Amino acid sequence: MRVPLEWLREMVDLPAQVDARAVAERLIAAGLEVESVETAGGDVSGPLVVGRVDAIEELTEFKKPIRWCQVDVGLEHGGVRGIVCGARNFAVGDHVVVALPGAVLPGDFRITARETYGHVSDGMICSQRELGLGDDHDGIMVLDSGTVGDDGAALLGLGEETLDIAVTPDRGYALSVRGVAREVATAFGLPFDDPGQRLVDLPAPAADAAPWPCGVEDPEMCELFTLRRIIGFDPAAATPGWMERRLVASGMRPVSLAVDVTNYVMLELGQPLHAFDGAKLRGAVRAGRAGEAAPPLETLDHVSRALDPDDVVIRDDSGVIGLAGTMGGLHTEIDDDSTDLVLEAARFVAEPVARTARRHRLSSEASRRFERGVDRVLAPYASARAAQLLLEYGGGVYAGMTAWESPYSPPVIAMDADLPQRTSGMPVDRATVVHHLEQVGCEIMGDAVLDVSPPPWRPDLTDPADLVEEVVRLVGYDRIPSRLPQAPAGYGLTREQRLRRRAGLALAAAGVVDVLTYPFMGEGDLDALLVAAGERRRRAPRLANPLSEEQPLLRTTLLPGLLHAARRNLSRGIDDIALGEIGRVFVLDDDQDPGGVAEPPRPGVEQRPSDAELAAIEALLPVQPHHLAAVLTGARESRGWWGPGREATWADAIEIASSVASMLGVDIVARPATDAPFHPGRTAALVADGEVIGFAGELHPRVIATYSLPARTVALELDLDALMAAAHDVAPAPDVRTQPVAKEDIALVVAESVAAADVADAVRTGAGELCEEVRLFDVYVGPQVPEGHRSLAFALRFRALDRTLSAEEIAAAREAGVAEAARRHGAVLRGT
Amino acid sequence: MSAPNNPYDPVAVSTLEPEAVDAMVAAALADIESAGDLDEIKVVRLAHAGDRSPLALANREIGALPPAAKAEAGKRVGSARQTVRDALDARLARLEIERDARVLVEESVDVTLPTRRSGLGARHPLTTLMERMAEVFMAMGYEVAEGPEAEAEWFNFDALNVPPDHPARTMQDTFFVGSERSGVVLRTQTSPIQLRAMLARDLPIYVVAPGRVFRTDELDATHTPVFHQIEGLAVDEGITMADLKGTLEHLAAAMFGEGVQIRLRPSYFPFTEPSAELDLQCFVCRGASVGNPEAPCRTCSSEGWIEWGGCGMVNPRVLRAAGIDTARYSGFAFGMGVERTLMFRHGVTDMRDMVEGDIRFSRAFGVEV
Ligand SMILES: [Zn+2]
Repeated sequence: MRVPLEWLREMVDLPAQVDARAVAERLIAAGLEVESVETAGGDVSGPLVVGRVDAIEELTEFKKPIRWCQVDVGLEHGGVRGIVCGARNFAVGDHVVVALPGAVLPGDFRITARETYGHVSDGMICSQRELGLGDDHDGIMVLDSGTVGDDGAALLGLGEETLDIAVTPDRGYALSVRGVAREVATAFGLPFDDPGQRLVDLPAPAADAAPWPCGVEDPEMCELFTLRRIIGFDPAAATPGWMERRLVASGMRPVSLAVDVTNYVMLELGQPLHAFDGAKLRGAVRAGRAGEAAPPLETLDHVSRALDPDDVVIRDDSGVIGLAGTMGGLHTEIDDDSTDLVLEAARFVAEPVARTARRHRLSSEASRRFERGVDRVLAPYASARAAQLLLEYGGGVYAGMTAWESPYSPPVIAMDADLPQRTSGMPVDRATVVHHLEQVGCEIMGDAVLDVSPPPWRPDLTDPADLVEEVVRLVGYDRIPSRLPQAPAGYGLTREQRLRRRAGLALAAAGVVDVLTYPFMGEGDLDALLVAAGERRRRAPRLANPLSEEQPLLRTTLLPGLLHAARRNLSRGIDDIALGEIGRVFVLDDDQDPGGVAEPPRPGVEQRPSDAELAAIEALLPVQPHHLAAVLTGARESRGWWGPGREATWADAIEIASSVASMLGVDIVARPATDAPFHPGRTAALVADGEVIGFAGELHPRVIATYSLPARTVALELDLDALMAAAHDVAPAPDVRTQPVAKEDIALVVAESVAAADVADAVRTGAGELCEEVRLFDVYVGPQVPEGHRSLAFALRFRALDRTLSAEEIAAAREAGVAEAARRHGAVLRGT
Repeated sequence: MSAPNNPYDPVAVSTLEPEAVDAMVAAALADIESAGDLDEIKVVRLAHAGDRSPLALANREIGALPPAAKAEAGKRVGSARQTVRDALDARLARLEIERDARVLVEESVDVTLPTRRSGLGARHPLTTLMERMAEVFMAMGYEVAEGPEAEAEWFNFDALNVPPDHPARTMQDTFFVGSERSGVVLRTQTSPIQLRAMLARDLPIYVVAPGRVFRTDELDATHTPVFHQIEGLAVDEGITMADLKGTLEHLAAAMFGEGVQIRLRPSYFPFTEPSAELDLQCFVCRGASVGNPEAPCRTCSSEGWIEWGGCGMVNPRVLRAAGIDTARYSGFAFGMGVERTLMFRHGVTDMRDMVEGDIRFSRAFGVEV
């Protein structure tokens, strides 16, 4: 809402020294968000005067028609000046605004006397746009009247300040100069004579003219409906300059007197108005629902709109003629010949208008106001004011008013008089409470408990808490003291929260850089990742209104986002990349439909829902576990003076997963796996506590190609929630054995198909509890071992808790380990 | 000590005469002093302290002396041998130090050579910042509450007193999951966690809730459709706006330094009443840039204040939806954008840096903000 300060001054007797900044400051403190204070023509300076066109000579020898004008700007400004002008919308005798040499117009446009089109142009005749007053550049500004030599800047309101206010949804009344003026008056402690409660004098309706009949078909849509009629209106009548200037300053474009007056009164009082051409109406004008099978309506913006049965509409005997409170229909619009004006002022109910506007994706000045709630009783006052202006400037005969109104009884809110004090934490006595509520416009009864009737322009005041806010904001939020509440002792982070933080640190410690990618993906990503149809990762929830049609799904895996991020880093010249993310993925349960349920449970909010209702709500949601993932490409260790670098491999991916798990106290085991999107021969399933919790390894070459990544890019992804579930609740302490250690190395020859981890497992099991470590330290394939076999060398460490082991004990344990590997995997001890 | 010339015994063993012993010591000391390296000192040690050294041989002669002279001669020779050994050890130690100094100098390397072989990891600064803010509250006894990102409309809107036709529910702002009527949205705010906390926890409740939220805004320098908020909630007996103000002042001091002012401005949120916008005094210029074109401030655009978040007293309607007795309990809630906080606290000028996953961005922050 843009509010010119001079308009506010008309309603509130502000001291002259109070400027717009001071007003803005007080309004902000009172809860109106003043976003900016603008000065009209703030960048115009120098001489700007009213001139009269005395003569026009048409110059025709140029590509476009040019006028050589003689303009009288008054003796003190040099009398008659010759000025060249390209516009043609003025005539001899018209008053215009002339920028004299020395003036500077917006865009640092300096006016000088200069030769052009064969003449010396001694100034410039200005258009609105050149002065920064609007976008109207069809022609120069022709003034309604004027005195030659007068200051043009003052006349045009240059230097006038305008407040731009962002109105919150609860303060619909502030979408009017009247509403803002009330706040200004309150803020400065000045009296306020509310123009919205003043019924202006209109002439008695003409005896030979009838008002236009009206009605309301659905009182749930409309509480108050009025029509005033003026006959014999002059459609060519001009809008007065002062009204045009206020409209422009308020951000509206002047159109014609009838339209301008409806807009002007809406800005002034907050009541949207609509003018019909009586000649185009058929029978009574009524408000109601569109109902079934209403034909499409063409609205003022020349859009044909299919109507929903629940749309709030205006109709006459010909059918629907407008979207009530949103936009009028094209076919009953006033035009250049309209002389019979029927002026609608109504109070439509907020929610149906909001729904109608939303359905048609049509937010108008009117709908913005109705959605927030228009003054319940204002309509006849506002239409009287509009009729007064129309009659004054457009002539015609007043033909009277018709009205329909549902019964109105202002609500009464019972509030403890000390509630503002108890809520704010500062002393606010009863008298202060009453005083401020009266300033807001409330009527108050009662003593310890106040019975408060909010004014009709404050439909937002429904609860005691709403009244508390009014009182406290007028006392001043800045006067609230400050105190720290004493929370009871807390338990700190939950185990999951703590472990998730640890996992993030572990990932960073492993050299991985955390990024936060958008959780959106497309079917294309799943195809690119070679995810099979029917696989769990295909059960992705779908957005009804995605930002991009390519990414309508919620991610079921972190990899698409990370692969895109890796790609972006590569494109920025970063070759060695280790990036990762911890975030939620979203998976539909088998019994959840991607489109959701038809009738989701929506329990009331007046009380706590039952446990069954809450469970039904929870059942709507997809599963949303935290995942941890990383992608690595390029050097894991860089080339340097120490020697060559080392590219990241499948082993790094597994090691990162494993070290994160270790930091959380979980041992994970790698098992050969072939799952997408990984290389089927270079991928491990990560197993914790017997459950597969993720995968790590080299990406499948086709995946790498699709995402244009370097060959051998590796990745890992694991279900962090599952990993944390495998962590100990309370970690047990180890036996730290202090007896001497015995070290033995063995080399076992096994078939290549046998997994090294399985051989190690067998050795460990066979060697028994004296064996504290089995570590593989070499893998050999070559002439020393049979074709299709390899030799695995293990370092074993033996130690007892309570004694030095004898050579016999050590040998027996070692042989038992070898024997178990032989039994399970056909391993043969090498080199003995 | 006996005087060297005491003539009490005619049996003379010449090598045990004081003069002879002194001469042996003198010779030994001279050789020790002239030993120039560890090899030479080894030879000298053999010559003067070895089994066949003059002093060792002299020592063997002691047995031949009359008992009365044995003690004195033993003492004399013992002392002489000790003197020689001490001199040898001292010389050895000095030669070793000289050798070490020489060798260690020869072994020296260029420690300014690069040492980092693999890239450093880092956490995302938004994550770290959220944790840090949460820690301020945990120190006051708050716990961290969480909720799902794909959230029921009932939690995200209905129970937060966002009426069915509130603009926030429209397609312009909210991502709908499944369909517009499915009852599931991507949460547009962390406030649904308030409800979840109130439904799940015993009173009194003090929680802080960081999390990811979603709005259908296009990505640009100051907007991103996926961003983060941190929310606080206190529900207790006698909670007032003064408690809210004090708590926010504490957070501001913890995040921006002691003495940074905050300001509450009346505003509107459906789930709080009264509601306020939370402004932070510019922690860079502390307001000194206002009306002072000589010293403009980029952080606050010379406004003196930075919009930080929203807050208010929990609307009793919300408390009722959670089954809380509004006659007995009241609460406050607040929330702020984490991206915004990171932007003005750390001078990030383009929000795209936070979401594009360029590893240089996160890496610049390490694991602390
Ligand atoms: Zn500043």
